[in-house]
Amino acid sequence: MGDWMENKEGSSIANHRTYWAVWVGLIILTGITVSVAGRNLGRWSIAVALAIAAIKAGLVLSYFMHLNYEKGIGLFKWMIPGIMILFALFIGLTFFDVAFR
Amino acid sequence: MDVHENRHSIGSKAGMWLFILSEILLFGGLFILYAVYRFKHPSAFHLAAEELSRPLGTINTLILITSSLTMALSILYLKKEDRLSSLMFLLSTLFFGFLFLLIKYFEWAGKISRQIFPDSSRLLERDQGEILFYGLYYSMTGLHALHLLVGLGVLFVMGILIAKQKVNRENIVPLENSGLYWHLVDIIWIFLFPLFYLIT
Repeated sequence: MGDWMENKEGSSIANHRTYWAVWVGLIILTGITVSVAGRNLGRWSIAVALAIAAIKAGLVLSYFMHLNYEKGIGLFKWMIPGIMILFALFIGLTFFDVAFR
Repeated sequence: MDVHENRHSIGSKAGMWLFILSEILLFGGLFILYAVYRFKHPSAFHLAAEELSRPLGTINTLILITSSLTMALSILYLKKEDRLSSLMFLLSTLFFGFLFLLIKYFEWAGKISRQIFPDSSRLLERDQGEILFYGLYYSMTGLHALHLLVGLGVLFVMGILIAKQKVNRENIVPLENSGLYWHLVDIIWIFLFPLFYLIT
């Protein structure tokens, strides 16, 4: 993302065009997830739905919640996605546990 | 630049992120519960989910996504010292949040009028999996709606503080933290929507 501005605190400000672009992306992804649900993908439908949801959450976290604009060592930039991945792993492992019990 | 104030803003943002992580754990427990029950009762979950209105769920998703955009824009314009635009976008965020709750209210009212609510005798006659589905539906979307209601209160207070110029370009962290909370509520719905409305 190119043209940022600097504010007093030294963090970067996103461009409003970026926000609108992210919004369009989120709308398109919602359309995709609804239309995919109309088709019968069987067991894969939940995997596809969750993957699209994860991409949408990633967009919100990176742009609206500014994780992408973190400067310096970028503590939150690494900590938050790290914890999310750990959390997704736990849910995934629970799924495996239930599935093969 | 005031170093002391800068540290203060980093600290309060770190606090907000910690709170967000604890919220994710709160909902995470419910998501795990959902995963296990859905795995045990796949066809009952499918049957019960067919009674939810997919169009209303989709509209609510679009509303919340749009409210996230207006929230982010409100912060952006306050950073540019455009107080009026910031307030306008904050008001639109409040409007969209209210609209979401209104639609949710009609959804719930429709279900309840058809005797679908936890512990209703009509629901108890149905399959165990359907009872579990609606238990999870009401507790998860209810907890989410409660968060949204709190968010509306927080944003309302922010609006007053911006109008009074207590929150401004120099003191923007309260608005930024409110925005983080609002986006979190959006993210939770992004997962709730396919899990409840789009089961095939």
